[in-house]
Amino acid sequence: MSAQRPGLEAIADKGWLAAHKWLLLRRASQLLILAAFLAGPWFGGWLVKGNLASSLTLDVLPLTDPFLFLQMLATRHWPEMSALIGVAIVLGFYLLVGGRVFCSWVCPMNVVTDSAGWLRRRLGLKSGRSPHEATRLWLLGFVLLAAALSGSLVWEWVNPVSMLQRGLIFGFGAGWVFVLGVFLYDLLLAGRGWCGHVCPMGALYGLFGKSALIRVAAHQRSACNDCMDCFAVCPEPQVIRPALKPRDPNDTPLILDGDCTNCGRCIDVCSQEVFRFGSRFNRSKK
Amino acid sequence: MSEPTKPANASPRRRFLKEMAGAAGGACLLAMGVTLYSKQAGARPAQAIRPPGALLEEAFLGACIRCGLCVRDCPYDTLKLATPGDGVVSGTPYFTARDIPCEMCEDIPCVKACPSGALDHALSDIRQAEMGIAVLIDQENCLNFLGLRCDVCYRVCPVIDKAITLEMRRNPREEREGPAATRHAMLIPTVHSDACTGCGKCEKSCILPEAAIKVLPARLAQGKAAEHYRRGWEEKDKAGGSLISEQLKLPVRGFDAQSAPGGQP
Ligand code: SF4
Ligand code: SF4
Ligand code: SF4
Ligand code: SF4
Repeated sequence: MSAQRPGLEAIADKGWLAAHKWLLLRRASQLLILAAFLAGPWFGGWLVKGNLASSLTLDVLPLTDPFLFLQMLATRHWPEMSALIGVAIVLGFYLLVGGRVFCSWVCPMNVVTDSAGWLRRRLGLKSGRSPHEATRLWLLGFVLLAAALSGSLVWEWVNPVSMLQRGLIFGFGAGWVFVLGVFLYDLLLAGRGWCGHVCPMGALYGLFGKSALIRVAAHQRSACNDCMDCFAVCPEPQVIRPALKPRDPNDTPLILDGDCTNCGRCIDVCSQEVFRFGSRFNRSKK
Repeated sequence: MSEPTKPANASPRRRFLKEMAGAAGGACLLAMGVTLYSKQAGARPAQAIRPPGALLEEAFLGACIRCGLCVRDCPYDTLKLATPGDGVVSGTPYFTARDIPCEMCEDIPCVKACPSGALDHALSDIRQAEMGIAVLIDQENCLNFLGLRCDVCYRVCPVIDKAITLEMRRNPREEREGPAATRHAMLIPTVHSDACTGCGKCEKSCILPEAAIKVLPARLAQGKAAEHYRRGWEEKDKAGGSLISEQLKLPVRGFDAQSAPGGQP
């Protein structure tokens, strides 16, 4: 109802817990992943070694981040087998569940930008201006170009996402400055600015999110009462309109845009139960 | 859907192009700024040594994805992952010999753990590692240079007698102060770059409050002879005799005013 506190109606109708179900699950997922990395250094029980750039789980499962992998290829360095297997597994997984599931279910930066977004809404801040959404794609291109021309992973000198992921697991040093920078940017200069407009890592994950099998569907869109709460909480609000308010009533209710992060916040905050998770083949709607 | 023939649509299209140009321009500027910054902040302090098998610094910075798997598999906690403010490119592994040196594990777990190959998997014998080169940097305070027998750096070297040897030299104090029982010959710890791996055990064990022997990256530790230099005595040995005919006698010339600089020719 109110742009400052979206979801109040849903809380009144469904109860607080049901109106935060997916949010809580996501926070649990982010926390558990971090805990798996920290079990080793903190308690000596090695579940996962490394960090989100590349890791080894239970000494058998290698995982490698596609963005770092691409940057490395751009410098014309060919990696070892474990990185190749690792990146193939990661790619396969996110092609199935949606690339930007990484952003909303795994990446710890999500907590930072979600908090900044929440505070910006609460304070009713309207300051600053977001860069165009395509900035992140351009940045992705230029970052790879810069890596190719300079021969080093230049983005990693400043990448606040790597700094945060690594910082939490290996220690921050002065890296928190970069993270604070993102928080203040999102709070004061551009609502959802970092994840939604700048981050080249998210841009890459968004590129292979198009084919995902798991999709949010506005399957009850006729029940929508135009409270606009979903637009207010969604980190990528432009993805909702084609599914919720289609030009043609026969259009699919599935949110097919690769930039949807499958975070499920729209499901949480809707008092009319318009949204649900489903498969991309289930196009039923009411 | 858009109908491009309508003149009214010229303006949204123009707006789109303008927005794209803005996005591209902003992204390009940011990428350029970051590249410049990385060039500036790319230098590595001399005491930060890369793990065994690390590619040459420039290639290393293009290959290492900053995952820390090498750090995790080092059984001696030698390796650290740099954080911003360490002076080493953040997220890359290094060690400080004086804190914890490399123990030169036979199975080289750090290299095996590296998924990117920034630590070259071709390194199978840890004695071939080239992490750096030890340099006896402080010849004024090294006890062996004072004619005492400390020898600790020599004794701890895992490649003892190849990477580091003790070379006997006459003690110059003997000449200055006349022969006396207390003036021992000097046994100089001497590092041989072809065998030294840069493990840093010597630097770690130097008994002085500040080590007199230090491991440096090869680019700092070594000079380089010009390509065309030949050592006459080596060439002579190789050829089995002098390369110029022995009987050639050069005239012995004394110094005279004519050949002096500024003199009349
Ligand atoms: S559409 Fe829903 S699930 Fe997708 S990003 Fe927006 S709020 Fe999250
Ligand atoms: S060789 Fe052994 S001690 Fe040296 S850095 Fe590698 S794992 Fe650590
Ligand atoms: S394991 Fe390899 S890629 Fe990972 S931090 Fe160490 S050197 Fe870099
Ligand atoms: S660094 Fe020192 S201890 Fe290690 S191989 Fe070289 S001389 Fe020996």
